Amino acid sequence: MSVDLARLQAPLLQIPDRGGPAQPLLIAKGLRKWFSLSDGLFGSRTVVRAVDDLSLTVRKGETVGIVGESGCGKSTAARLISGITPADSGEVILDGKTFWAPRTRIGAEGRRAIQMVFQDSASSLNPRMTVTETIAFGPRAHGVSSAKAHSYALDLLAAVGLPPARFAERFPVQLSGGQRQRVNIARAIAMRPRLLVLDEPVSALDKSVEAQVLNLLVRMRQELGLSYLFISHDLNVVRYISDRVVVMYLGQVVEEASSDALFAAPRHPYTQALFASKPSLDPRTRVAAAPLSGDPPDPVNPPSGCRFRTRCPIAEAICAATKPPLDPVPSGDDDHKVACWAQVPGSGHTRAPAAVGALQ
Amino acid sequence: MTVPAPCSASSEAVLQISDLNVAFRAGSGWLPVVRGIDMSVERGRVLVLLGESGSGKSVTLRAVVGLLQQEGARVSGQVKVEGDDVTAMSQREVLELRGKRVGFIFQEPMTALDPVFRIGEQIAETIVRHRGATWKEAQARAKQLFDLVQIPSAERRLRAYPSELSGGLRQRAMIAMAMSCEPQLLLADEPTTALDATVQIQVLLLLREIQKELGTAMVFVTHDLGVAAEIADDVAVMYAGRIVEKGSAEQVLLASRHPYTQALTSCVVRGSYRDLALGELSGSPPDLSQLPPGCSFAPRCSQRVDECGRVDPLGSECHPRHMVSCVKVEAYAGL
Repeated sequence: MSVDLARLQAPLLQIPDRGGPAQPLLIAKGLRKWFSLSDGLFGSRTVVRAVDDLSLTVRKGETVGIVGESGCGKSTAARLISGITPADSGEVILDGKTFWAPRTRIGAEGRRAIQMVFQDSASSLNPRMTVTETIAFGPRAHGVSSAKAHSYALDLLAAVGLPPARFAERFPVQLSGGQRQRVNIARAIAMRPRLLVLDEPVSALDKSVEAQVLNLLVRMRQELGLSYLFISHDLNVVRYISDRVVVMYLGQVVEEASSDALFAAPRHPYTQALFASKPSLDPRTRVAAAPLSGDPPDPVNPPSGCRFRTRCPIAEAICAATKPPLDPVPSGDDDHKVACWAQVPGSGHTRAPAAVGALQ
Repeated sequence: MTVPAPCSASSEAVLQISDLNVAFRAGSGWLPVVRGIDMSVERGRVLVLLGESGSGKSVTLRAVVGLLQQEGARVSGQVKVEGDDVTAMSQREVLELRGKRVGFIFQEPMTALDPVFRIGEQIAETIVRHRGATWKEAQARAKQLFDLVQIPSAERRLRAYPSELSGGLRQRAMIAMAMSCEPQLLLADEPTTALDATVQIQVLLLLREIQKELGTAMVFVTHDLGVAAEIADDVAVMYAGRIVEKGSAEQVLLASRHPYTQALTSCVVRGSYRDLALGELSGSPPDLSQLPPGCSFAPRCSQRVDECGRVDPLGSECHPRHMVSCVKVEAYAGL
């Protein structure tokens, strides 16, 4: 179990660092993805605005969590960033160099640099390949000899807690969900990536297994110096693993802050409601009233202005008129950004702080 | 297997299960899925069955509405709903029981509701079938039920097909359907697991409110300790087809005695202790076809003693109404 991952003899070379420690590992700028659906043969075309103008940064060695409810675009965001789904517009910069832009190809090194782990551990593995073949497949595709790739795959299996003597020749159906997710993780790190994009990696697992996988992820991060983009709907898990957290609602970022700052003092009414919806774990202090009513609206026809206004307890006229910008909070650090008119000085929202511009 | 706690054997018990065993056919043999369960639920109380996947919690629930015999399972023991033994009922009596005296809420309303009928029709059908009401009366009752489960613009939603409603509304409609004949017992199988966080809490609070208001007894299956803490009066923890710990919500969730429950509560990610290794339960639940001798949890237990490999612990009370099946705890209590 406790094989040090950094000591493994990896056949693929480490991708060299280009920009130095101050250069963010990943910068995504203005990513947009609208899916168009057609309503039957003669139906009108409808557009799902899955991700609208998403920007985010992952620093070197940092774990950024994305939280939100279903349909908020967090999984699409993960796929856009890793280049699996091409965005309509926007740009992804990896360590100072363009990783993805419209109409460009991702090079071999880029393909290795960002790896993904998906929620459904079964459907993301080839059912007709043994787990060793699956893990060795990537390195072989990048020019490593079969023998080397195979022995490296065995080392990785041991490192993620699956003794090769028992597991090497197994097929995915012969594994439990937690074991399959370990294989998925081993397959991702076999490419020696710099960023792991983890899309709900523990959501389908039992609690005791979830803890095992999270412990493995924390250990890997320390030993390999990886950065993570960790997507989950589970606030406790995100808080446990993330340095910084991005909150999404209907395809847009509504709040972004360090994990500590966000959980200590959420600013956006949606973030506050999301936190207040969390079951208490203590039967003596139960949630007294649901903070929000209704379900999130359909991303096909998102509300005008601020998309949360239809469920927001403090919505006012300005919220329907214009979309609030994602700006640093008025009294706080620059890392804490929120998109809410009630936080913008002089916005016209009755709860907004007084404008400071008049003093200058 | 256990001596039932004196107070739980009272006549108020809406559901009384004693020594329930369920086995499914597996190849040439039988796979024991539920192994000797005793429990009872009184009027107005909520019992949460807590456990990981494969622990037998959903199977126990299905046994209450007689769904297992049809699936070819071998069932023994007694399941009494308001004093009538379900295992001894004819097919016809079971049909009368379902929907009328026992309501069922499933995890995924999309698969539990019929996609080609309007929601209102499906609810009204249940009322006509069990209550002998006219179609018109039943429709009016469906409207009342939608108000009860707080579905806005009820008239319009009753005419909708299941696919036209959001997940939260579908689950509310499912609750309305389960409550349509005012059952004495409500069974809920992970009813909020598929819902978003902000919707999950709404549905949980709604269930809690309706159940308390109407005094319905409820068995609620979940794997989520947070959900259990929100809704449970009593909690029974299941492992490998057995109840290993049972007591009030506070006893089980805050002062658990069984090593499995303790491990489960320490696995829960609470967020605050970032980067500290989480409590881990190594290994995975046992293969039910090859159960180890003695206590089924022993191979994964951190507090194992030699005796655990030999003795299969019977449940015993470590506090009044707090039952634990563990050799060590029994020795402690001097039983």
